[in-house]
Amino acid sequence: MTDPSTAATGAAVTSTAGEFVTGAEHIETKAGKPRSLASDAWYDLRRRPLFIVSAALILLVLLMAAWPSLFTSVDPTYADLGRSRDAPSAEAWFGYDNQGADIFARVIYGARASIIVGVVSTILTVLIGGALGLLAGFYGGWIDGLMSRIADVFFGLPFVLGAIIILSSFRAAGSTSATEIMFLVILSISVLSWPVCMRIMRSAAITAKQQDYVKAARALGASSTRIILRHMLPNALAPVMVYATIALGAFIGIEATLSFLGIGLRAPVVSWGVMIADSRDVIRVAPHTLLFPAAFLTATVLAFVMLGDAVREALDPKMR
Amino acid sequence: MGRYVLRRLLQLVPVFIGTTFLIYWLVWSLPGDRFAGKCGERPCEPAYIAKMTEKFNLDDPLIVQYGKYMLNLLQGDFGITSKEVSVGELIANAYPNTLRLAVVALLIEAVIGLAAGILTGLRGRGFLDNLVLVSTLFLISLPVFVTGFVLQIVLGFELHWIKTTVSASPAPWGHLIAPGFVLGSLSMAYVTRLTRTSIAENKRADFVRTAVAKGLPQRRVVGVHLLRNSAIPVVTFLGTDLGALMGGAIVTEGIFDIKGIGNLVYDGILGKDGAAVTGVVTLLVIVYLISNLLVDLLYAVLDPRIRYD
Amino acid sequence: MSANTTKPAPGRTGPVPGAPLLEVDDLFVEFRTRDGVAKVLNGVSYRVEAGETLAVLGESGSGKSVTAQTIMGILDMPPGVITGGEIRFHGENLLRASTNRRREVRGSGIAMIFQDALSALNPVFTVGFQIEEQLRVRRGMSRKDARKRAIELLDLVKIPNPKGRVRQYPHEFSGGMRQRAMIAMSLALDPEMLIADEPTTALDVTVQAQIMDLLKEIQVERHMGLILITHDLGVVAEVADRIAVMYAGRIVEQSDAISLYRRPGHPYTQALLDSLPRLDLKGTELNTIKGLPPSLINIPSGCPFHPRCPRVQDVCKTEVPAQHRPAPGRLSACHFAEELLSGE
Repeated sequence: MTDPSTAATGAAVTSTAGEFVTGAEHIETKAGKPRSLASDAWYDLRRRPLFIVSAALILLVLLMAAWPSLFTSVDPTYADLGRSRDAPSAEAWFGYDNQGADIFARVIYGARASIIVGVVSTILTVLIGGALGLLAGFYGGWIDGLMSRIADVFFGLPFVLGAIIILSSFRAAGSTSATEIMFLVILSISVLSWPVCMRIMRSAAITAKQQDYVKAARALGASSTRIILRHMLPNALAPVMVYATIALGAFIGIEATLSFLGIGLRAPVVSWGVMIADSRDVIRVAPHTLLFPAAFLTATVLAFVMLGDAVREALDPKMR
Repeated sequence: MGRYVLRRLLQLVPVFIGTTFLIYWLVWSLPGDRFAGKCGERPCEPAYIAKMTEKFNLDDPLIVQYGKYMLNLLQGDFGITSKEVSVGELIANAYPNTLRLAVVALLIEAVIGLAAGILTGLRGRGFLDNLVLVSTLFLISLPVFVTGFVLQIVLGFELHWIKTTVSASPAPWGHLIAPGFVLGSLSMAYVTRLTRTSIAENKRADFVRTAVAKGLPQRRVVGVHLLRNSAIPVVTFLGTDLGALMGGAIVTEGIFDIKGIGNLVYDGILGKDGAAVTGVVTLLVIVYLISNLLVDLLYAVLDPRIRYD
Repeated sequence: MSANTTKPAPGRTGPVPGAPLLEVDDLFVEFRTRDGVAKVLNGVSYRVEAGETLAVLGESGSGKSVTAQTIMGILDMPPGVITGGEIRFHGENLLRASTNRRREVRGSGIAMIFQDALSALNPVFTVGFQIEEQLRVRRGMSRKDARKRAIELLDLVKIPNPKGRVRQYPHEFSGGMRQRAMIAMSLALDPEMLIADEPTTALDVTVQAQIMDLLKEIQVERHMGLILITHDLGVVAEVADRIAVMYAGRIVEQSDAISLYRRPGHPYTQALLDSLPRLDLKGTELNTIKGLPPSLINIPSGCPFHPRCPRVQDVCKTEVPAQHRPAPGRLSACHFAEELLSGE
């Protein structure tokens, strides 16, 4: 058998060189070399307008949360009842709230509390749910059964209702400083959300466990830790990442809802939820007190949801 | 089918006990004064404490307390509020309003969500598809109370198209349209996306191709084969949602002042009336669990493959 | 092919008396994807008469299934685009026919059996419903009559206890039984022509033989035309009257089955035959075809098979070999078909 590629070199060439390629090279398309799923997804992501817009928005909000003084020099807690509910003007772009504090400054400073709640709750949820899911998926049997039932119990609590019970009970039982409330809000969000993350992780771990190469690794005596870290974790990373991104946005919205219900964060903490809750009684006369924090809140949640969406589509080759 | 139902029922029992026990424990057995913050800003009256201690058997061991509480609950006795009103009575007055609101919300989300999802799923990529995708993203990101306030301000205070509050009880159906839309808006977005993905996936399924190859009219291919299969996840979602809507009505009812169960919980939280809150929330959790069970059974009816696992 | 006698006059639709049952004539199909235009079919022609079995052979991606889907009108468009050619059923060009006319032909004119019966049958309806559906919608039968006919059909394809089976769902059938149910479904409207797209690929070897026997039996009994699509030369040996071998969206060889087995007229067919396990050569290494199937986006110049061909010459790299008749009753698209047939 003649090697087609060497045979081609000696040929009388009437067509372009590009057409003389070996069979193996034919399989590749014009788009270039085959890439791994992750780099392929990254390549795909960078070209999505949805991703660029949401990533830019998120960066901006993170910047606001980290260094609010970059955006405003006004003290968000300084209130002057003389300018209460004044409409937006040149010196206060977003106007003043019921207490006469600058809404623009409060919106900027409010990013921090909202982002902290969102980020920490997400981390906690992924840690609890991820760890339990991996263990349940890896060991199976009664451990899996027990953990799945426990997850069912927490899953059986509708989110808002569960949070109401947890927050009102714990707050009644103990003292209520600002950091404690924030801690309680984060705790109740994570405690009620981890079952979802656990299920994602568990099914990814089970899928990985059934792969032949993982079976082979086990048969060859690879340690449990190694199998979990090398095979199961990477397999579960993509779906958990997508979940975490979208959940982060949702958690920020939930923080606001809890504040709105009067069981979440509250003054003197500045957060978008607190601002919206404060605006509740004056929205008829001063809708701008609701509008601006609500707009920032929605934009931030939207950014995270869009990011999660974009990542999911990039990671899922079927969608393309 | 019978064995499947039995298995699901048996699985529900530990979940039911676990969830209700969790709530009970959180409310009555956390360390510290169990009556702190249960009667508003003031400490509870000794008479109330005595009454509740007796009613909930708070001097018994935790398990016994819980057992007796559940027995009472199953007989419709939800305890009394700090003002010594029967919680069961409050619920009986409030639940028709919440049920109506949930039904309106469910109808709105099902009709609009399904229509938008089917349309975009069948048509595929294009302007309409992008429009629907962006709108659903917006609806998902808008917290319910923002949607509620905006609709209340714009449609109610500015345009006077809707009543800003629905304090009548029982609430007239017509007045519940805007609140129902607010309550159902998030799920509407999910229904749309779920339907769209489900149809887009099944559109290329082999069995749809078979239906075409059998020479069936396009209407029948889409109406019988494509929709029937795509409906399974959507219908189950809608079913679960009815239970979730009952619980999620708190914010909506608060904004529009609908005298429903959510309002009861909200008032209970504001008045720091622990007994009222737990009674109602426990009931809502039970409703949620039962609706999940019914959906599971519905799923078994819709998808024959499930019955024989 | 003698196209001029069978082409309908311009503007005329409907069957032409005396025309062959099915003719595919110079069919071109492209897939327009993000990565470029894939030329999936590049002038495919074949014909099937009533009572005849044509086996279409080729690797995956050679275009054999796309041809069948185009005949049935179930090609995914987009990405598929038919860029040329005709498909004539009783002389009537189906590609020009109205949507309604095409629908009429499906099922009752030409029916199709798919490779994976589990996914090709709708999981949420009973097997009976799926057979009866066509009878009720297309033939206007009553529920009761349709049920009776469905039971008869299941009996015809030798499914035991057909009365109980009609009420079961596809997932309650075994693989072989499911394929039988699929065949019963395809026969519901008494088609004149049956296309079986890899009907046995997903099945065990013993079941494969049973299904092939059943297909052959039914085909002979009903005097149907049968197109049998497969990548397995072994499967077709006993069943096929004629064989068409496809490569890169072209038919590279067409011949009656016996002559083709005796002496292939194209190096690709030769390579396919060599890759069959043979009892008389036990213990020797199995021949495989070197290299990979060509990219349809960037089809090699000249003969598309030349990068993998053991007998490649300079002319193969530049000139597309025309389909010609190296011997009576045989078609080949190889520059050296005559040499191959005469024995080097």
